[in-house]
Amino acid sequence: MHAEHSTHGHDHAHNPNLQHHFMDMPHQQEASTLGMWIFLVTEVMFFGGMFLAYIVYRTWYYQGFAEASHHIDLFWGGFNTVVLICSSLTMALAVRAAQLSNRRGQIINLILTIVLGAVFLGVKGIEYAAKFRDNVVPGRNFEWHGTDAVGAQIFYSLYFMLTGLHAIHMIIGIGLMLVILWMAWRGRFDASYYGPVEISGLYWHFVDIVWIFLFPLLYLIGRHAPLTF
Amino acid sequence: MNSAHAPVASTTPPVNYLNATHGIKSWLLTKDHKRIALLYLVSITLFFGLGGLFAGLVRLELLTPQSDLLQPETYNKAFTLHGVVMVFFFLVPSIPAVLGNWLLPVMIGAKDLAFPRINLLSWYLYIIGGIMTLAAIVSGGVDTGWTFYPPYSTSSPTHVVLAGLGVFVAGFSSILTGLNFIVSVHRMRAPGLAWFRLPLFVWSHYATSLIMILGTPVVAITILLLAAERVFGLGIFDPARGGDPVLFQHLFWFYSHPAVYIMILPAMGVMSELVAAFSRKNVFGYSFVAFSSMGIAVLGFVVWGHHLFVSSQSAYMGLIFSILSMLVAIPSAVKVFNWTATLYKGSISWDAPMMYAIGFIGLFTIGGLTGVFLAVMGIDVHVHDTYFVVAHFHYIMVGGAIFGYLGGLHYWWPKITGKLYNEYWARASAFIIFVGFNLTFFPQFIVGYLGMPRRYAMYPPEFQVLNVMSTAGATVLAVGYTLPLIYFLYSLVKGAPAPANPWGAKGLEWTIPSPPPTENFLVTPVVTEPAYNYNPGREVEVAGR
Amino acid sequence: MAEHAHDPHAAHGHIAPISMYLGVFAILMVGTAITVGIAYIDLGFMNTAMALAIAVTKATFVVLYFMHVRWASRLTWVVIAASIFWLLLMFFIGMTDYMSRDWMGVPGR
Repeated sequence: MHAEHSTHGHDHAHNPNLQHHFMDMPHQQEASTLGMWIFLVTEVMFFGGMFLAYIVYRTWYYQGFAEASHHIDLFWGGFNTVVLICSSLTMALAVRAAQLSNRRGQIINLILTIVLGAVFLGVKGIEYAAKFRDNVVPGRNFEWHGTDAVGAQIFYSLYFMLTGLHAIHMIIGIGLMLVILWMAWRGRFDASYYGPVEISGLYWHFVDIVWIFLFPLLYLIGRHAPLTF
Repeated sequence: MNSAHAPVASTTPPVNYLNATHGIKSWLLTKDHKRIALLYLVSITLFFGLGGLFAGLVRLELLTPQSDLLQPETYNKAFTLHGVVMVFFFLVPSIPAVLGNWLLPVMIGAKDLAFPRINLLSWYLYIIGGIMTLAAIVSGGVDTGWTFYPPYSTSSPTHVVLAGLGVFVAGFSSILTGLNFIVSVHRMRAPGLAWFRLPLFVWSHYATSLIMILGTPVVAITILLLAAERVFGLGIFDPARGGDPVLFQHLFWFYSHPAVYIMILPAMGVMSELVAAFSRKNVFGYSFVAFSSMGIAVLGFVVWGHHLFVSSQSAYMGLIFSILSMLVAIPSAVKVFNWTATLYKGSISWDAPMMYAIGFIGLFTIGGLTGVFLAVMGIDVHVHDTYFVVAHFHYIMVGGAIFGYLGGLHYWWPKITGKLYNEYWARASAFIIFVGFNLTFFPQFIVGYLGMPRRYAMYPPEFQVLNVMSTAGATVLAVGYTLPLIYFLYSLVKGAPAPANPWGAKGLEWTIPSPPPTENFLVTPVVTEPAYNYNPGREVEVAGR
Repeated sequence: MAEHAHDPHAAHGHIAPISMYLGVFAILMVGTAITVGIAYIDLGFMNTAMALAIAVTKATFVVLYFMHVRWASRLTWVVIAASIFWLLLMFFIGMTDYMSRDWMGVPGR
């Protein structure tokens, strides 16, 4: 039915990180990278469902969306965007350091990435507190002084769901990075084995990309119109 | 009749994946895809029993036109939980998590799936999701229907969030299985195993995995949005606060329609294997069957609006969804034609797996055709939410998917367990299940067409005769399902040891011992011939590339 | 499938210079500044279009360079393309319902 022969003998010189159902390290890393990309596809569709809800309601309630968006503090949104872009840079540099077997570079960049992520979350805390103070949390004494209270409330529902889910992904990302940092500290990664750093980096960049879209969609609607209240 | 091995009594290999390591930890912490498949087999069987119990409650209540056995509120919980358990905890995982997990690595000549630990994680997520849903059931259940439509699901006093989150977690189990399969098929195939030499079982599981990856996340976010509605009072689907309940339906069915293809495609993969093996012929039109799996996966994503025909979805979209829903029947029909052509002039044997396969062809055809009736918007408007729809999807899900699952379980049981089950009892059970199934669900086509609505504890008295027939059929079906449980368990204790290839079939799985060693292959196979190479001289169509 | 590396500890994968990462970083910052800037100018529907166009451009740079897709396999490209396609499919078909709801002139359809 088919010929059988051994394609690799027991190569006792193999990398200790090689899992035995893979042929060699490049095979293992390629498979794990592909696996992470497919996971990111699921994340695209996950956020995508909420983006569809956003599109539907923005076309229905543009006035309310524009009013609400104009009242969100642009400074913190812009600040957080810069913070996340910086964290993507440090993340990419951490992966590069691992590729070059540079332990110090990995540690410094991973720490920076984690710190920047924590700053992002801190700022979100500030923003959420402001919303609670201003009574624009849907379902909790929502007050609106503009013309389209219905639309504004839907906007804030989507705001909290989108940024909340994004923040949860950031928390998971920071957790992931802490694990990677600990492994990097232990010297586990080098040029022949840096897959976990690479795929964690892919996750981190994805979370950044979601924010790249959230920022204009939530913070920059109707900014050119004058504030009426 | 075995071609590769002597037909005399064989002995179970002394060291195989079942006894290589001992103790409960070696099972609960296993990375072996075959053991994980068995973990799934046990848990899925338990959930099938639970879903069946709820079905029993429904059918018992429907013996009489009044709501006399159960209060309507309780009846609502019974059909909801039947749906939730059967769809999310039985049908979606069944073939992929049991047969797919066990067979896919072997069929591609690999030692395991690409990510064995993720495979184990997927089982644990399934169990956690199952426990959460069980907690919801035990605390009083859910009464919204398995489709969880708002606005009722937002205000229902039942445990919607807990059950919903259980489904959410189980959805991750599904996603991880699909992810594992896709990477494995792309990157773990043995030398010589080109795409068009793969068994069609692998093609259909690959297509299923694509759907799992692209669709499941959307129902996940939908459930989260519903949970946020209930917990935080957000109002995204609340018409009183400017929300659109139909948006929920769009998001929900974007996954749940492709989900039905998740439930049937693996069974179709089993079908190709069974029809080839028990006709001793190559599957007719191999590449058409392979491409049709991909076609079903893709087209299945653009038809979801046929569930929204009677909602405020625009009539123009209804028209487009109607046409697309008719088109999606074509790749399924292609498969039925090709299996039938495979049977033609084949050397047919009527073993139990083949009985399930033949049953599948007939029942799936009826279910599929009635699906085309429902795709016609003008007809659907009249039979929407009647028993006609219920009968349609049970013909596919039970007559199709479950027949495929049982046929596959029987076919591969000797390989998986190293034991032979009792063929006489197996054939008797297949027959009983076939009769019981038709007696249960054919009357439902009639009573639905006559106007009996679904999801009601009471109905007009003129429908009682047909309902009694249906409940009688359900009883026969229950007996039929219990028999395999008994003789399969019996075979584990007293069954004859199975040879490596009891059916004389082609396929990499039949070249390894029954049961195989943990690493499947002692040496990596090199594949040089096409799939189903039963009559090498006669084959005009060369499947290999 | 990948070939055997004779040295089990050999390096693999494309390594880009730091300047490339800094360059992409600069582009992302400039893009952010432009997005905020034009939000204050009334361009009608072009506001949304421009904001999305800039976001897509920024995302593309992150994907190609930070996520190394520029040097990735064709399969990776197909996976990414498929996810974008499916996302847009969901948006397009979903929105077509909402846009066509009043076309028949029949209440509620």
